[in-house]
Amino acid sequence: MREITASGQTVEEAVQSALEQLDTTRDHVDVEVIDEGKKGLLGVFGSKRAFVKVTTVKNQIEEAQNFLRDVTGKMNVEADVTTTVSENHITFDLAGDKIAVLIGKRGQTLNAIQYLVHLVLNKDGTQYYTVTVDAEGYRGRRKDTLESLAHKMADKALSLNKTVALEPMPAFERKIIHSVLQTNEQVSTHSDGVDPHRHVVIEP
Amino acid sequence: MKALIETIVTQLVDYPDDIVVTETEEDAKVVYHLTVNQNDVGKVIGKNGRIAKAIRTVVYAAKSDTNKRIYLDIM
Repeated sequence: MREITASGQTVEEAVQSALEQLDTTRDHVDVEVIDEGKKGLLGVFGSKRAFVKVTTVKNQIEEAQNFLRDVTGKMNVEADVTTTVSENHITFDLAGDKIAVLIGKRGQTLNAIQYLVHLVLNKDGTQYYTVTVDAEGYRGRRKDTLESLAHKMADKALSLNKTVALEPMPAFERKIIHSVLQTNEQVSTHSDGVDPHRHVVIEP
Repeated sequence: MKALIETIVTQLVDYPDDIVVTETEEDAKVVYHLTVNQNDVGKVIGKNGRIAKAIRTVVYAAKSDTNKRIYLDIM
């Protein structure tokens, strides 16, 4: 974060001069007017210059988006990033040719990228955001897969009359399983183990 | 590969100037050794090594120029 004071004939001119010195644009700064200045008589007598204090602010979302672009670029995967912001939740959608590389087995690479983006986004910002990194509709497809898996495993637990443990999953994937089986009154679910081995257990 | 590691780590730490990534080539694998400022160690390892694991997952997923195995050594 950088901070400078600049002056000009008007507030607007002072801000412009500050932006030039900081080599940035209006969206990336906070402006505090110290003195609005005075035109003065005929623009000569008694005129006072305007003073402003300009502070650069990091645009967290932009930083995170650039980080995501950098990382995918360095992985030699060309991907377009589409950013959607809804209140405190941000979705970065990746699209491109070699997108499978970014998803990885059972989405493990995508989850790792998502975690890193989450860290970068919330590193030293004022606002806390939750992040989803999606690639070519992967999250949606994974949700469908997990829902059918949940039903299949619930049936298995019932027919065997035994508890069934699923493989370890990240929290947001476990949540999908729990919420699907919430309505099924014949089984109950809970999670067992410690991250990263935490997994869903289905009980008849 | 080295650039990828640096890109990721730079955004995570407080002292990006202290990041050092060295590359050692062995018979069957390439070892990248990462060191950061003493105060940043926690930021690249994380609780239960969660961050370290995420960095490794991403780095290993990236295709390397050689066919050798990649190994990322932290600290």
